[in-house]
Amino acid sequence: MKMTGTQAFMKCLEEENVKTIFGFPGGSVIDLYDTILKQDKIHHVLVRHEQAAVHAADAFARVTGDVGVAIVTSGPGATNTVTGIATAYLDSIPIVVFTGQVPTALIGNDAFQEVDIVGITRPCTKHNYLVKDIKDLVPTIREAFHVARSGRPGPVLVDLPKDVMASMINFPAKKEVKMRTYKPTYEPHPGQIAKACKAIMKAKRPVLYIGGGVILGKASKELTEFAKKLDIPVTMTLMGLGGFPGSDPLSLGMLGMHGTYYANMAVAKSDVLIAVGARFDDRVTGKVDEFASGAKIIHIDIDPTSISKNVEVDIPIVAGCKEAMIQMNKWVDAADINLDAKKSEMGPWLEQIKEWKEKHPLSYVEETDVIKPQFVIEKLDELTGGDAIVTTEVGQHQMWAAQFYHFNKPNTLITSGGLGTMGYGFPAAMGAQMAAPGRTVIDVAGDGSMQMNIQEFATIMQERLPIKIALLNNGYLGMVRQWQELFYDKRYSATPMEVVPDFVKLAEAYGAVGLRATKPSEVEPVIKEALATDTCVLMDFVIAREEGVFPMVPAGKATTDMLLV
Amino acid sequence: MKHTISVLLQNKPGVLSRVTGLFSGRGFNIESLSVAQTMDNEISCLTLVTRGDNAIIEQITKQLHKLIDVIKVTDISETDYVEREMALIRIKAESSTRAEVLRIADIFRARVVDVSQKSYSIEVTGSQGKIEAVTELLKPIGIQEIVRTGSIAMTRASKKY
Ligand SMILES: Cc1ncc(C[n+]2csc(CCOP(=O)(O)OP(=O)(O)O)c2C)c(N)n1
Ligand SMILES: [Mg+2]
Repeated sequence: MKMTGTQAFMKCLEEENVKTIFGFPGGSVIDLYDTILKQDKIHHVLVRHEQAAVHAADAFARVTGDVGVAIVTSGPGATNTVTGIATAYLDSIPIVVFTGQVPTALIGNDAFQEVDIVGITRPCTKHNYLVKDIKDLVPTIREAFHVARSGRPGPVLVDLPKDVMASMINFPAKKEVKMRTYKPTYEPHPGQIAKACKAIMKAKRPVLYIGGGVILGKASKELTEFAKKLDIPVTMTLMGLGGFPGSDPLSLGMLGMHGTYYANMAVAKSDVLIAVGARFDDRVTGKVDEFASGAKIIHIDIDPTSISKNVEVDIPIVAGCKEAMIQMNKWVDAADINLDAKKSEMGPWLEQIKEWKEKHPLSYVEETDVIKPQFVIEKLDELTGGDAIVTTEVGQHQMWAAQFYHFNKPNTLITSGGLGTMGYGFPAAMGAQMAAPGRTVIDVAGDGSMQMNIQEFATIMQERLPIKIALLNNGYLGMVRQWQELFYDKRYSATPMEVVPDFVKLAEAYGAVGLRATKPSEVEPVIKEALATDTCVLMDFVIAREEGVFPMVPAGKATTDMLLV
Repeated sequence: MKHTISVLLQNKPGVLSRVTGLFSGRGFNIESLSVAQTMDNEISCLTLVTRGDNAIIEQITKQLHKLIDVIKVTDISETDYVEREMALIRIKAESSTRAEVLRIADIFRARVVDVSQKSYSIEVTGSQGKIEAVTELLKPIGIQEIVRTGSIAMTRASKKY
């Protein structure tokens, strides 16, 4: 059937089962938008800034476990996506971003709204394409989705010149994507699995250290089975939270810079460290030489470049996390092992961990007249039954959310871990709520970050999304202020927010509901009211201004060098 | 340590910049680089010389391999291999030194490719060491210009049969 490039484009999205796209129009995609208007299979969400379209697509991907899609125009539309793309890249999130481009004849001429977006995004995409010929359009889009979602997922950008999209083609029949150069490894090497399992069987002080790969690889169930079968304690990176139930007694919570005392101690004293879908980021390892220095390290990762990049690994396993965990469970089940005896061997180690947990639990100093941010998160956890999808901005509030909310299921904490993008959480909440209409979605925000994508209130109201914003308002760029307090003699350079909008009125200006709590006693009623309201609600929690996030491992220090509450 | 890495890649626009971008973005160094089509015109072969300890070289090969357009990565220096580089050198050659230039060229089996009243241009092919040796010898006479290709390399065919 003959059709235009824009029609073929929409058909490709249908093929990929895309139901929702996030975008913003402009000259070079005006034909595409005309086609979008003439169909009703795919819902287009009009954002108010292109960065938000990408963050929303990214969160949509995180919640659904499939590819998110954004569409923007050329030039400034395209450059506005870069932060969103880099955010998705560092967290390995599968999205496809389509950018309009000037007509092929004008490319390279510094035409109006022309930028070399393929060149700009080369280092922050998994791969990207410029479609110069209409006959390449459909195969390229199919390949883009395949690359985004397979292997170690990541963002892919496809640049679409206006004339190409206006040309006519016969829509080619659906074919499985086969690429000469790209074949990710999913199945682990059986020899390596056996080696790893034998090392684990001999371990006296094993720890599972899991990252975002467990969530992206949909390996949470298999990993949980493995940990529980052998009573191995589990610590999670920020990206791994929810990959193992946070309320389980075997959970050590998060490790690293703002990790728990017991997670960092357990890793430091472990004799076998099993890293699953984690990448030994500097925020996790602290001083690398002293990270798990007495442990034999097993590393399961789908990306060979992650293995032995920062820390020398003893038993590497290149595989999908799910596939690897399935094989490890099988190995243990097939081996002649008395699991009860094995578990009782864990006794002393679990006892030691219990001691650490009792000695330094996650805690804060409660107060009666001012709201402590940790208290707000605890209340949110309690009043949502730990079952909300929590998105976050970046800063102290993000760390408090990670520490004090119990994430029990994968894809429930939606946060910018790798890039640490302020302004992520609000548009991400939008993407998450579009992906899961029935769920409670809460953006835990800071007053600084909130102002970075505040315009999305309009999109949220237009889409009638009942998102809740828990704003931990300290009047500071708090995380930076904390560093200044601790390491720069309290010289608060450019961190006090001298002018802060009245967030309640701001919410109301967009037609949303604004609520404010200034005393601890108001926290619960405000949350209850917000949760009972079926429209967007911003909760402005005026919190203890100079509260710090603890424990804290100063950058570059060993993770056992923690500053405690 | 010096490593010579051979990379087969899809012959598509922008591929070279993916490779060089990888090196600059991750702080790996490139000492030389040369690239041209193979017999299959959809595939290019890129030879690059880099330096680093084993961990760095391992990262370089893995990262190269991760690029979607890269077909094959071989650390040639881990095999038995031949490596060649070519240089074009213009040397000052006045009556007193003309014979000496020719003699040196002859020793290194270099060919004279251009002559003027005041200079010779020679073409010399060989390992990096050989090119460096010949330039060392010619320097005192007066090198006016030198252009080098960067290394290309190939694993030797197996001698077993
Ligand atoms: C786009 C961006 N710019 C700058 C930073 C550096 N940064 C990290 S946390 C932070 C402060 C965030 O302030 P706020 O949102 O109020 O959160 P708080 O730490 O006060 O909870 C800043 C400026 C960043 N992460 N992202
Ligand atoms: Mg703040």
